[in-house]
Amino acid sequence: MGTYNYWIYIILMMIGFYGVLAKRNLIKKVISLGLFQTAIFLLFISMAVVEGGVAPIHPPTAHDVASHAENAAHGAESHELDHAAVPSVFDGDRTYVNPLPHVLILTAIVVSISVTAVALGIVILIKQAYGTIEVDEIDSGEVAD
Amino acid sequence: MEQLLAIVERNLPVLVVVVPLIGGVLSVFMGRGQRPWLWACAVTSVVLALCCLLLVRVMDAPDHVVSCALGSWPPPWGIEYRVDPLNAFVLAVVATIAVVVTLYSRLSVMKEIGLDRQRFFYSLWLLAISGLLGITVTGDAFNVYVLLEISSLTIYGLIGMGKELDRRALTATFNYLILGSIGASFILIGIGYLYMVTGTLNMEDMGDQLRALQVADPGNRTVLTAFSFLMVGLAMKMALFPVHVWLPNAYTYAPTAVTALLAATATKVGVYMSFRFLYTIFGLDYSFDRVPNNQILMVCASLAIVYGSFSAIRQTNLKRLLAYSSVGQIGYIVLGFSLANMNGVTGSLVHIFYHALIKGGMFLALGAVIYRLGSPMLEDMRGIGRRMPITMGAFTLGGFGLVGVPLTGGFVGKWYLVNGALDKELWPVAIVVLVGSLLALAYMWRIVEVAYLQPPPEDCEEVEEAPLSLVVPAVALIGVSTLYGVTGVGIVEIARNAAAALNVPL
Repeated sequence: MGTYNYWIYIILMMIGFYGVLAKRNLIKKVISLGLFQTAIFLLFISMAVVEGGVAPIHPPTAHDVASHAENAAHGAESHELDHAAVPSVFDGDRTYVNPLPHVLILTAIVVSISVTAVALGIVILIKQAYGTIEVDEIDSGEVAD
Repeated sequence: MEQLLAIVERNLPVLVVVVPLIGGVLSVFMGRGQRPWLWACAVTSVVLALCCLLLVRVMDAPDHVVSCALGSWPPPWGIEYRVDPLNAFVLAVVATIAVVVTLYSRLSVMKEIGLDRQRFFYSLWLLAISGLLGITVTGDAFNVYVLLEISSLTIYGLIGMGKELDRRALTATFNYLILGSIGASFILIGIGYLYMVTGTLNMEDMGDQLRALQVADPGNRTVLTAFSFLMVGLAMKMALFPVHVWLPNAYTYAPTAVTALLAATATKVGVYMSFRFLYTIFGLDYSFDRVPNNQILMVCASLAIVYGSFSAIRQTNLKRLLAYSSVGQIGYIVLGFSLANMNGVTGSLVHIFYHALIKGGMFLALGAVIYRLGSPMLEDMRGIGRRMPITMGAFTLGGFGLVGVPLTGGFVGKWYLVNGALDKELWPVAIVVLVGSLLALAYMWRIVEVAYLQPPPEDCEEVEEAPLSLVVPAVALIGVSTLYGVTGVGIVEIARNAAAALNVPL
């Protein structure tokens, strides 16, 4: 059961895939496409999980505060950080989840929204041109032309 | 000034993407009339100059690689833009086509797109070019996905702009959007699985990690899953038979200039992506020995050649005829790299170059004919060869290139393909290439017969040669392809270099 979210991802994706191919209503196709893409987000988020990990937000340590104050005192000249002094992410007893897939999915969500927006825009134009958003009626209209 | 030049020099690979990206956004503010077009010409010219500079830099560089780390994050942590002979070559082809088609587009866009929508048209146009160049230049797998979606979304918009001529442009766009998004999503899933096993997104690094993994764990199923998803997604994007179904309608109903741009660049960039994933990331051993990928690709490519050419013979709409011919020509290109030997890959790369020029030029020539006749149907073109001799001459010459007549551009690529197939003693493949050429002769002959041998209909209006701004770009593209076909050395050299950079065996 440890990998149940991967099963959910597969099931969601297949529901979306089925809908895209089998539904004859353009809006339902767009919704299914959205579901399909959302399932992929779940895949990426699932792979980021580290057992016992917490959100990858690094709390400021006493050292950070000190060096920040020091930087502020030195002004712009010494804004280059001393790399050895920066505490490593693996410091202390915390384990963090992998932040990178989250960032990727942030981008993928934007892409998905754009795709949905463009798709809905085209559906509106199709409705204006054909007077329907049912694939069967559009096809039969073409034959009559 | 010197400082500026140094900055340009250092950021060359990034500028190739950023210049058309910003240019595309600014195009919206260019007002009505010819200004958006002039702006697009200026931007694409700058991009071509940058690409040529980059090609020279790559050839001069000691290891033939120009790398640029975005935001100074060193690879493999940051995004790396990495140019080697292969993508420098593809960049130059895409940028050249972009300039020529943009120069051509003025009159045909004037006729097909409403005056107040032209700035949006050129905005999408430049963004699409930016996306296509970006896919080619980037060395980061996730970046490929993002730029792929930039180019795809803008291309959906461009195709949809054909709605004023024929409302079927809208349904064609919708179908392309659905299939294109599924293809891109498959690519994203593949990249996700690859990230799971390698922990990196940099293509070079991913390749190294995968090769190490193949030694440690040859039968890794996650890698196989990634491979399958990526191959299906890429096949959808480059319109390989049997997932080519979006292509004929999209090409037929898009505005003429868009069709030319798409046919000459978009599918070629898809092929380039396949090269990158198969050769750089998975590596030859995995892509062609572990997985029965050769056979699958070879069968699909052969079917594409036969099916595409047969369907082309049956068409009466010339735009659709050329679209089906493209399905067949993609087959040749895929056939070349599925052979995975020096001659095959060289043939594939050479054919990318020639087919981009020839098919781009033929769509431009056809656009000039449509500009005069107002119809892409074969029956309206009776006797057109005598009334528009230069345009139809270029078109016919391009057609000979598609057939692969010696001394034309198409011959060089097919020559290497046949040689590549014979190197592997794959006689059936060589025969498929030859049969494809015969079928191409059949569909070209139908056009030649109607255009030259039939008399013009008596009640037709007088039609004269198309305006120079339409004829010259078409003649230029096909002329250059023929010129290279006759001399033919330079391109083959570059293609061989690029194939060698991919470690292709002899």
